Amino acid sequence: MKFVDEYRNSKEAELFAGAIAKTVTRPWTLMEICGGQTHSIAKYSLQDLLPANITLLHGPGCPVCVTPVEQIDKAIHIAGLANVIFCSFGDMLRVPGSDKDLLAVKSQGGDIRIVYSPMDALKIAIDNPEKEVVFFAIGFETTAPANAMAIFKTKADNIKNLSFLVSQVIVPPAICSILESPKNRVQGFLAAGHVCTIMGYREYEPISKKHNIPIVVTGFEPLDILQGIFMCVKQLEAGRAEVENQYSRSVLKEGNLSAQKIIQEVFHIIPRQWRGIGKIEQSGLGLKDAYASFDAENRFPCKLQSQERSTECISGLVLQGIKKPNDCPAFGKSCTPESPLGATMVSTEGACAAYYRYQLIQS
Amino acid sequence: MNEKKIPFSIDALTCPLTIDASSFITLAHGGGGKFTHQLIEKLFQPVFNNPELETRHDGAVIDIPQAKLAFTTDSYVVNPLIFPGGNIGDLAINGTVNDLAMCGARPLYLSVAFILEEGLPIETLWTIIKSMKKSADQAGIKIVTGDTKVVDKGKGDGIFINTSGVGAIEHNFKIHPSSIERGDVVLLSGDIGRHGIAIMSAREGLGFESQIESDCAEVSSRVQNLLNAEIEVHCMRDLTRGGLATALIEIAQTSKLSIIINEVQIPIREDVKGACEILGLDPFYVANEGQFLVFVKAEYAKQALEIMQNDALGSLARIIGIVEEKPQETVVLKTRIGTSRILDMLSGEQLPRIC
Repeated sequence: MKFVDEYRNSKEAELFAGAIAKTVTRPWTLMEICGGQTHSIAKYSLQDLLPANITLLHGPGCPVCVTPVEQIDKAIHIAGLANVIFCSFGDMLRVPGSDKDLLAVKSQGGDIRIVYSPMDALKIAIDNPEKEVVFFAIGFETTAPANAMAIFKTKADNIKNLSFLVSQVIVPPAICSILESPKNRVQGFLAAGHVCTIMGYREYEPISKKHNIPIVVTGFEPLDILQGIFMCVKQLEAGRAEVENQYSRSVLKEGNLSAQKIIQEVFHIIPRQWRGIGKIEQSGLGLKDAYASFDAENRFPCKLQSQERSTECISGLVLQGIKKPNDCPAFGKSCTPESPLGATMVSTEGACAAYYRYQLIQS
Repeated sequence: MNEKKIPFSIDALTCPLTIDASSFITLAHGGGGKFTHQLIEKLFQPVFNNPELETRHDGAVIDIPQAKLAFTTDSYVVNPLIFPGGNIGDLAINGTVNDLAMCGARPLYLSVAFILEEGLPIETLWTIIKSMKKSADQAGIKIVTGDTKVVDKGKGDGIFINTSGVGAIEHNFKIHPSSIERGDVVLLSGDIGRHGIAIMSAREGLGFESQIESDCAEVSSRVQNLLNAEIEVHCMRDLTRGGLATALIEIAQTSKLSIIINEVQIPIREDVKGACEILGLDPFYVANEGQFLVFVKAEYAKQALEIMQNDALGSLARIIGIVEEKPQETVVLKTRIGTSRILDMLSGEQLPRIC
């Protein structure tokens, strides 16, 4: 398949692997930010192509994983209400809340629809004027423009029966939070190519400078990731700390300005909870006052006592790169994709699920 | 080519019941009274049209050749009922025919039981049973007995169909995962993932530029070609829910052997690949309805491949892997970029990714 197969070529992969091995003279620990990259690394066993002294840690860039349990519980509450059609991306349905997941609500008769785009929720709202339709607007900068556009259209078209349960987060504050942690082990980042397609990479330059750390904007195919790692270790070995762009076929320095405009129209920066990590200042997007009437949290107010189910789960540490999935005592035992204790075991992009599925470390 | 002649008239028939008072299924159609009889006499009998059905007995009395019998049953639920490349009727015939074929049996007779939901347009039922007849003729199987029930509106999904089938085993191979040996060669009959993507795009209105059609088809004639050529077949498995990966993993687990698969050899159509990339689905786990795996003794592999590729539906048949002893009960995938990883069973349905 054109524009895909070229980036999954075994000869090229060997060349990059050889170049990395030649470049590396000492151990380096890198973190890929995005769950899509984690998924590719596991799916193609990329670690097997790297020298043993390169350690890859898996970052917090899995939207399913970091959506806080409070928001999941709110989703579960709203989805269970009579007269509500609750629309969500498919991945969210299996994420455990305090005591159940959205799939359980669906099996009990909740009207939950898996949609592929927030614009589908608009159509459902128009087709079902007697129902309240709620869209679970989650994700990083990648989903933010489409979600913002749906919210903008809802207001512009005066659709009164549609609202949005928002749990949007942004990457750079999470990177800072990891770097500022006393337990930080990360020496170089592979930044998320699709996030940067939207936002560009100017905002990473002060981070790289302040923390003296290389950040390479990287794509998702195996060759993208190998090249990203190569660029990152070249910087480290040379003592450089810059922002570089491996994913130049998709990412411009200034990003996608129209997408940024619609995000700014609808959202403003707020503090957000990250599941397993805690509150990170300035790390979330919330609805601006002009759109507050489309906020499902205003439309369906509820007071819930949210609580993580397992104390064993270390997904927060995994998401910060402090631990690896198989360091967790529950991994593969009490926590499996069939009965996940933490969200990192749910999504295909979660590090624990990727380890479990592709490497089958069933301890 | 092993295509059998299809009675041309079937497509030309129009539904005889829609001209009557009701053009929808009502509870009366399942009540056993006049409406039930009307359904049988005007719809089912003229289409399925065979002497066993015409006896209107409680069951079919059938002749069986001197052979071992294979017997299987399956129930069919699908939404939408009619999708690009087929409908629930084709699935209900081909699915059961294919299960018989996987036992190495020549399909003989089928039972068909319908559970209809009140309100189903009779025209839809008509379309479906016409397809069933065509598929049954193509596979050389006879529908000899049946049943119809109607459930209240809201308690079904249009139509549920159960089919059970018997077939004759006319060779001496023991076709079963336990017959697989180290060194056996694994063949795949064609491209993967087409049915699942066709259903998903029809169900969700994904609006891909090219319409992807289901691969729904009987595999029995292709299997018979192999058996008639006396290929030493050790095991077969049709790919259904869970796709190629699940079929391989099940066989590895039952046979307690290791199956080594080469990713570059797996045929996937470009449009299916594209749809999977967009949706974040792994085509290895996407459903098929007309493809199967064959495990043959190594010396027969080349001949088996030729036979499979010579069939009209088999041009994409490939040798995709080999059986080893270790790692036991495991499928190892040699990836496109030269690494290896384990193929694991999915824990549930694949859900499209967020971004």
